[in-house]
Amino acid sequence: MRRLPLIPIFLLSLVVIAGIFAPWIAPHDPEKGELRDRHIPPAWSGGETAIKTVVESLSINDRGSSVTLKDALEIDSTAQIGDQMEVYVTPAGSTKFLLGTDHLGRDVLSRVIYGARISLIISIVTLGVGGSIGIVMGLVAGWYGGFVDEFLMRLVDVKLAIPLILIALVLVITLGQSLWIIVTVLCLFIWPRFARQVRGEVLQLKHMDYVSLAKVSGASTARILFIHIFPGTINTLIVVATLQVGIVILLESTLSFLGAGVPPPTPAWGSMVSEGRDKLAGGVWWTTTFPGLAIMITVVSLNLFGDWLRDTLDPRLRQLE
Amino acid sequence: MQKYLARRFVLAFITLLSVSLIIFIMSRVSGDPRHIYLDDYSTQEDWDRMGEVLGLDKPYYQQYGLFLKGAFRGDFGESVREARPVTEVVIERAPATLLLGGVAFVFSILIGVPLGILSAVKRGSWMDTLGKLVALIGQSAPPFWLGIMMIFLFAVKLGWVPPYGKQDWNSIILPAITLGWYYAAANLRLVRSAMLDVLDSEYIKLARAKGVSSRTVILKHAFRNALIPPLTFAGVTIGALVTGSLVVETVFAWPGLGRLAIEALFAFDYPLLQGVVITFTLLYVSAAFIVDVLYAYVDPRIRYA
Amino acid sequence: MATSTRIQTDVVLKVEDLRTYFRTRWGTVKAVDGISFDLRKGETLGIVGESGCGKSVTMLSLMRLIPIPPGRIVSGKIILDGEDIVQVSEKEMSKIRGSKIALIIQDPMTSLNPVFSIGDQVEEAIRIHQDIPKRQVMSRALDVLRKVNIPAAESRVKDYPHQMSGGMRQRVVGAIGISCEPQVLIADEPTTSLDVTIQAQYLKLLKDIQKDSDLSIIFITHDFGIVAKMCDRVAVMYAGRIVEHGSVRDIFNNPSHPYTEALLASVPKMDQVVERLFSIEGQPPPLHDLPVGCAFADRCPVVMDKCRMEYPTQATVSDGHTASCWRVGE
Repeated sequence: MRRLPLIPIFLLSLVVIAGIFAPWIAPHDPEKGELRDRHIPPAWSGGETAIKTVVESLSINDRGSSVTLKDALEIDSTAQIGDQMEVYVTPAGSTKFLLGTDHLGRDVLSRVIYGARISLIISIVTLGVGGSIGIVMGLVAGWYGGFVDEFLMRLVDVKLAIPLILIALVLVITLGQSLWIIVTVLCLFIWPRFARQVRGEVLQLKHMDYVSLAKVSGASTARILFIHIFPGTINTLIVVATLQVGIVILLESTLSFLGAGVPPPTPAWGSMVSEGRDKLAGGVWWTTTFPGLAIMITVVSLNLFGDWLRDTLDPRLRQLE
Repeated sequence: MQKYLARRFVLAFITLLSVSLIIFIMSRVSGDPRHIYLDDYSTQEDWDRMGEVLGLDKPYYQQYGLFLKGAFRGDFGESVREARPVTEVVIERAPATLLLGGVAFVFSILIGVPLGILSAVKRGSWMDTLGKLVALIGQSAPPFWLGIMMIFLFAVKLGWVPPYGKQDWNSIILPAITLGWYYAAANLRLVRSAMLDVLDSEYIKLARAKGVSSRTVILKHAFRNALIPPLTFAGVTIGALVTGSLVVETVFAWPGLGRLAIEALFAFDYPLLQGVVITFTLLYVSAAFIVDVLYAYVDPRIRYA
Repeated sequence: MATSTRIQTDVVLKVEDLRTYFRTRWGTVKAVDGISFDLRKGETLGIVGESGCGKSVTMLSLMRLIPIPPGRIVSGKIILDGEDIVQVSEKEMSKIRGSKIALIIQDPMTSLNPVFSIGDQVEEAIRIHQDIPKRQVMSRALDVLRKVNIPAAESRVKDYPHQMSGGMRQRVVGAIGISCEPQVLIADEPTTSLDVTIQAQYLKLLKDIQKDSDLSIIFITHDFGIVAKMCDRVAVMYAGRIVEHGSVRDIFNNPSHPYTEALLASVPKMDQVVERLFSIEGQPPPLHDLPVGCAFADRCPVVMDKCRMEYPTQATVSDGHTASCWRVGE
């Protein structure tokens, strides 16, 4: 028996809480920012300073080494022309923006918190819809066998063979960018995983005595499938679902990164990484690092938690990918 | 064997057909293709003539037939953005993608397979821990973010390699690692878990009892069996490589098909996009077919089924 | 039996006070805890016991195939052909495995490597131990396969395990076992997954081979039926120790340890109607937490106070028949 993975569970609850209570937790509006607050680094990093001479007005030659009296008075009211003074060249972090701000002056922390909400919504909807489709397909394929099974399983194979992300891009450009398109694409992506798993379980369960008994006593097929067989697959499904959430989050962020995900200005983790990457060469590392870390921490935790669930609920699944 | 391969071949063919059908439906849903080629100053005669050339006066199933016929001859029409045949553009870009994919594939094998074997053989050692870490990062870190972070560290801060583009030999290092890591992680996990099962098996015990040295047991008896599950999943992982090349080529401005797809997408260059998607599918389907043949070679149970 | 009168120099395998322990998170598991026995030329010894009694670990210890860690042979000697194989290096041991001491494994369905042809697998066993040209290796392999009665062996060498029936696969495993004419063959529950007629055929085959080559066999089993058919002598194991040891006739006619009695009582007999199969109450004690006294005490119908205080010394019942029970000799 493996130990309960406390750290992943803690981190996952953090993500879920952030997602549910985003409006109350987030310190700022995730979609609005002041341009004068742009590119402020995280709270703990100090700004760069330089010693500059106070002058009446700047000429082109001494721009790098001088500061105007007007600006100097704002920092120190006793400043005079000719003084040497320490001036911030790049801004220092402030506790107002714990993880800094992006190119539009929006608070990175608030955007990361709201990003959790987007990921949470997409995961739940996708799992609900895509998972249900997969489960029904798997039940039907496993129960009826023969031609139905063959057809559905070939459909699964074909799906695995189609570069779905390209189809997703084509869909987005044809029908426009929206949350619903993404969810549809993600559902198309995950249902075969569920279908395959459930089908395998049904093939095993349908020869069980209690199933034969139900059949003999005249229960309808739907009743047998949902009342007698489906509960036997739940342990496996919980494991599959946990591991699939990680994949859904990664895919969603990839689509958002490519510009085919959740439309802006909604803060999705993937699009935040994409927006920040041009400024990376200029030293603005925080706008890409934090949302990326958020994705990684969430997915790592899901995988570790899923592994634990699998070992606990269903050791037979060790090979499951 | 023939039956197995024939089956895989038919499946590959169906895949290509389905993708072409999806593409065709999408292209018709997105609007009249004449809008792409003709501007507002065209006359009604131009409009009609274009319709005749493109076969738009015929019913949809005939239009799809025409589309397929063209695709079989490698004719996807003209790229709007580049004003030259789509096939020409695709052929120009394909080598870069093949190179990147090839190097990434080799990287993933060189990292994934030995590390997977070592993690299983030396279970619980620091090797195993390292393997778990590599696998966890590969499985959980979004490749685009991994790529960006590596650019920041190795190109911007340390200046060891160029940050993007395809110039010197060393410009392929970062994109290949970024693309290959996920695949390496997948290989590592599969090889490790397969290896653990195999090492536990009765036939390994029997091989040891025959007097086979532990080294030979691992390299000959266990390894070949441990290759079966990774090969089973290779189809899926190769799919991930295709997805990955879109992302990685975008991050590193690598002039291949993935980047071409994104460029075509945002230029609304529909014919070009069609060509790239079909080419990608073709690449994928052929790679998967080669894997199937290899699979049959490794596992006699498939070969003689 | 005739074998019991043979002289001491015939001994091919001598095990002295063998102890194999496993270090686990619950403590040290004493899987084999001080067993001793002799095996003479051409003789068949049965090692009998419930699962978890240490008989499989005994088998693995004899082959030196204990997984290290967590397992370790902590003390004792295994003298095979005059050499203590507990002391030899791993490299030398791999030369001994398969050539002097060979193994036939439990399950014929899983004990052949699915990706190599059966010809390959038999040839490998020969090639490792004999430095002879490839042609000769192939003809040797064919000989061995014929010896185990594989029909049309020439055409079947290219077959893969999944193309053969369970009985055929078991014969191939047997062929691998005898391919280098070992002195000792360990057969670990060799017939459990075969049906009864195929099992009988296979056991007869092993007997015939034994007669031809003066092979010594150790049968590891929980089935007294097989013991009666195949063995000359029996060692009954319980909780890592041999509790009773003697010729088959002695053990069947005069079982002297309550555990042996219970085991014999639980064997279904064809010629009598039983209301209910006799089974032994309770579970064997966990091997990491053995009691000071007799390990069978808690399940024993004739337990005495002394049994819980002190482990019984080995008592002689008759010539060549010993039992570790305080009741013996009382």
